[in-house]
Amino acid sequence: MMWEGLSALLLFAGALLGLAGAMGLHRFPDFYTRLHALGMTDSLCAFLVLAGLALQEGLTLASLKLGLIFGFLFFTNPTSSYALGHAARQAGLPPMETKHD
Amino acid sequence: MKSHLLLQVLARYLIPLILLFAFYVQFHGDFSPGGGFQAGAIFSAAMVFYLLAFGLPAAERVLPPSWLRILACFGLLLYAGTGLVDVLLGGEFLNYSVMAKTPLEGQHIGIILIEIGVGMTVASTLTLIFYAFAHWSRLP
Repeated sequence: MMWEGLSALLLFAGALLGLAGAMGLHRFPDFYTRLHALGMTDSLCAFLVLAGLALQEGLTLASLKLGLIFGFLFFTNPTSSYALGHAARQAGLPPMETKHD
Repeated sequence: MKSHLLLQVLARYLIPLILLFAFYVQFHGDFSPGGGFQAGAIFSAAMVFYLLAFGLPAAERVLPPSWLRILACFGLLLYAGTGLVDVLLGGEFLNYSVMAKTPLEGQHIGIILIEIGVGMTVASTLTLIFYAFAHWSRLP
């Protein structure tokens, strides 16, 4: 019973973070800030959702697989953000400058 | 290529896993979701990752385009050849039931053979398409 509640909490938090990332992607003004919004939230979002699902499952093969998926995302997600940002920088995309009044 | 160090380190650990997963999807395809097409797509994703991390010349040393063309044709040949073998054994085109003593066994052999053909063709064709894109982006 307690695990169910904890799992629901984790899933909800993960969904909320995913929503925040999507809003950032939609609303932020330029490439780098959008990448920042997604790169920051996505890893934790994936962790929360997978942990919530694993709690529902208990100690089975399925939760082991969820753990493996998390390990995969844990390494690939930051690397893909890094590669995107690096490629944009090398291609010469200038970051948006803030106006100081 | 020095600036790609992070990608290269990750590629060294991930590409074997991706290839292994491609083979898992290929050979487990008759018991679980998966099959030749998906396995080929995953396999070529590993090659695309290799190309992005190590560059076009290195990728073309690993899997030369001439080999890939042969592999793509061989996969199609395996698919069509399985069908023709069925015809020669007295069934219809791609009717695997005649390939072994019992129909069940025949179906099993036939589906694995054509899935291998599909996997080879899809993997090599997708990789070739990406090579073509990579060549194209190098044009002045």
